[in-house]
Amino acid sequence: MKFFLSLILTILLRFAPCLFLPWWSVAIAAFVVAALIPQRPFKAFLTGFIALFLLWGGLSFWMSNNNDHILAHKVSQLILKMDNPYLLVLATALIGALVAGFAALAGSYLRKTK
Amino acid sequence: MRIVPFLITTAISTALVITLNTRLTIGGNEAPAFGSFLSPQHGFWQNAEAVSESYTADLKFSQLNGKVDVYLDDRLVPHIFAEQENDAYFVQGFLHSKFRLWQMEFQAYAAAGRLSEILGNKDERILNFDRNMRRLGMVYAAEIALQQMNNDPVIKSQCDAYTAGVNAYIETLTESTLPLEYKLIGYKPEKWNNLKTSLFLKYMSYDLAAHDDDFELTNAKSFFSADDFAKLFPAIQDSLDPIIPKGTIFEKQKVFPVAPAQADSVYFNSHDLAVSETSKPDRDNGSNNWAVSGSKTKNGAPILCNDPHLGLNLPSLWYEVQISTPTFNAYGVSFPGAPGVIIGYNDSCAFGFTNGGRDVRDYFEIKFKDDSRQEYSFNGQWVKTTFRVDTIKIKNKPAFIDSVAYVQLGNDICPVMYDKSFSGGKNTNNKYYAVRWKAHDASSELKIFNMLNRAKNYADYSAAVTNLHTPGQNVVFAAKNGDIALRTQGEWPAKWKGQGDFVMPGYDTSYLWQGMIPQDEVPYQYNPERGFVSSANQKPVDDNTYPYYLGRDYPPYRGYIINKRLNAMTNITPQDMMTLQTDNFDAAAAMSMPFIIANMKEGDLNAAERKYYDILKNWDCRNDVGSKGVSVFDVFWNKFDSTVYNDEYAKAPKVIMRPFFSTLVEQILKDSAYKFLDDITTTQVETLADDVTAAFKKAVPQLEKLEAAGKLDWEKNKATRVNHLAKLAPFSRLNLPIGGGYRSINAAKVDHGPSWRMVISLTAETEAYGVYPGGQSGNPGSKYYDSFVDQWAAGKYYSLWMMTKAQTGDKRILAKMSFSK
Repeated sequence: MKFFLSLILTILLRFAPCLFLPWWSVAIAAFVVAALIPQRPFKAFLTGFIALFLLWGGLSFWMSNNNDHILAHKVSQLILKMDNPYLLVLATALIGALVAGFAALAGSYLRKTK
Repeated sequence: MRIVPFLITTAISTALVITLNTRLTIGGNEAPAFGSFLSPQHGFWQNAEAVSESYTADLKFSQLNGKVDVYLDDRLVPHIFAEQENDAYFVQGFLHSKFRLWQMEFQAYAAAGRLSEILGNKDERILNFDRNMRRLGMVYAAEIALQQMNNDPVIKSQCDAYTAGVNAYIETLTESTLPLEYKLIGYKPEKWNNLKTSLFLKYMSYDLAAHDDDFELTNAKSFFSADDFAKLFPAIQDSLDPIIPKGTIFEKQKVFPVAPAQADSVYFNSHDLAVSETSKPDRDNGSNNWAVSGSKTKNGAPILCNDPHLGLNLPSLWYEVQISTPTFNAYGVSFPGAPGVIIGYNDSCAFGFTNGGRDVRDYFEIKFKDDSRQEYSFNGQWVKTTFRVDTIKIKNKPAFIDSVAYVQLGNDICPVMYDKSFSGGKNTNNKYYAVRWKAHDASSELKIFNMLNRAKNYADYSAAVTNLHTPGQNVVFAAKNGDIALRTQGEWPAKWKGQGDFVMPGYDTSYLWQGMIPQDEVPYQYNPERGFVSSANQKPVDDNTYPYYLGRDYPPYRGYIINKRLNAMTNITPQDMMTLQTDNFDAAAAMSMPFIIANMKEGDLNAAERKYYDILKNWDCRNDVGSKGVSVFDVFWNKFDSTVYNDEYAKAPKVIMRPFFSTLVEQILKDSAYKFLDDITTTQVETLADDVTAAFKKAVPQLEKLEAAGKLDWEKNKATRVNHLAKLAPFSRLNLPIGGGYRSINAAKVDHGPSWRMVISLTAETEAYGVYPGGQSGNPGSKYYDSFVDQWAAGKYYSLWMMTKAQTGDKRILAKMSFSK
């Protein structure tokens, strides 16, 4: 239950204010949620990781799909040197997930006692 | 709290964020900061515009005086209906900014010599480009033009409204909504201002009126004998059918340029070597335009056609627009960066441009007293120099300070473009060269378009275009009352024969430009008997009757074939004109093929060579898609040119003029024993047959390679492309299936060609067609980014819609944007 609560909270905390805040507020959101809702470190990491994997992956896929992947075709060639929009969505999801995962891990250690 | 793991994981998180927030250099290239670039709420995903995007908006701006309604049609062309004229320019600025901001700003940066500021100086080329632009006096010229704009209240308020509109959009931008290229390159847009508009217009002058071969010709003159030079660079072409037909009587000459007394010894026969610059605009920045009168058309209304040939880029130089105000109603293409319609039509008439192409940029050698450049010799006296100090900012590096001397030559202030510190990358022989460029003179290009947009008749057209000084253009005109006209417009220096072909001495007044050709001596045609006017950058007039010197290099063949076709045509329809505009017939090849076939020693060809020769012999002289013959001709001709001339050029300086394409054709048609056919390195005398056969044999290995690579078909060999302005391949359109090329009316070359094709039939309700190789949106993430490219490549047109206020319910309308106070 805690896991899903954290997951949803991270997603919400990330999504709403980040319309105005810089991209790295993902880290702060994950950190704060992990600090507020105590979980074991690994679970906390997983929460942050999955939350942002879903959020960034979902958002970018949704936007790209609405775009008929026109831009993702081009940017994937530019950045990944291959024409693969889905790989670009995956890369986006992973980058967000990694940042949030580590931030959540740090947040969980803030609360965690031995 | 577990302090150690906490610190470690916090450190990892922080490091991750910092790394992803930094622009890293990967494989020598700077990459965007991946965190913000990939973030779906900030980065490039935000530019992935939904294909179902609705552009509907209701916008309020205090700068407006009335209401403006914009209807975007299904090709994303805005139809602007404004209650007040200047409000229309505000909205045009807003729309240019909304759809083309990065391009507009990038072009203004390039014009001002500021690319180092955003691109850095990874190699010397970017800084050299910037220095070259500044030393040419681009900013200096733009400032003078801005002054002129400010002196004209109509133009000033037009520009002010336009600039306010551009900035109104820029102010709405956030990190998320920035155009994609800013996110990729990593900078933010500046505020627009009228100087940037002026800079952009000077960039067009640079593109269209800054081509010269003065240094290359100077070296050629120094290297070859006078007799050889005349045969290599003849001023007269027999195939020339000038813009203003032979036999036209011109106005009486009023300016009499006089060659200096010692011109022969000091200038024409001097064998001093000069240098050359690194980059210059494409020599074929040309175009076709023509108008046929009602006597030659099926429905009795004049038809006007224009296709300006320019560099092909994405986002396109052009942006289609309709502007409707209480004072005028015009449709056509506009320049993102400037207000008004540039090429198009209104309710009474249509107008179009081709480049005048005369040499309006000359160089003068300056003698300074010493290296400090403080004083220079002029008319036997030491005169004080002024300096313009340019600070060129360079991304991630200290700024570069460039100090450029300006000298006064007669009444003209000229920058000393080349000196010991800047040779354009080549040896200057430690000489100093000042540049006199017509674009430095005050002029008001915007006035022309402002007046043309509302022109009702021939008199309005004439009054409008006489404002055009530089870049000089052949301006075509047709009106609903049946008038057609063409003026070879511009303010041109009146030159004595040969003046400015080479670098000139700059130590006294005798070599300077002595005056301008008076406007009433500008050659023109108004309702000529032949029923059409046309221009295709060929020499404007017949040298034998026109009193002023016009220089040497004009491409004759497009003009030749257009005039021939128009002469023969009757009952013309707009569809006939589209067919002519996209015609791939190769007039130069058709003139050359008879002497190639007559002189080929077929017995000397082996089986492989014979195979390609058969392709050539059976070729229909058309540069069509799928044609192999044109590829064979093209490769053969290159080898033929080198077979004929390379022996004479073997010991020439590196920077030197090669004969123009037309020279070899024309000279051989005139004299089959053309002197240069002989290979001077052998004892025997080579003939035309020897050279033709040898060249063909040399061409075959290259043709075999092309065929093996599957590139013998002309369009694959030529591989026409439309490059993204920053040359990013995924944002470009490559390998387009289009025929034509340098020698065809359809002048689609590798990355240069018909940048806008337009056919306007001036019937009671105008019937108009047009297409450009781009799309209305500059965003690579929009489906409108390159939506016209395939249509353009296929030689097809869109029907242009001059919308009326009664048509607001038309199903072509995609969205409505309302602007009000």
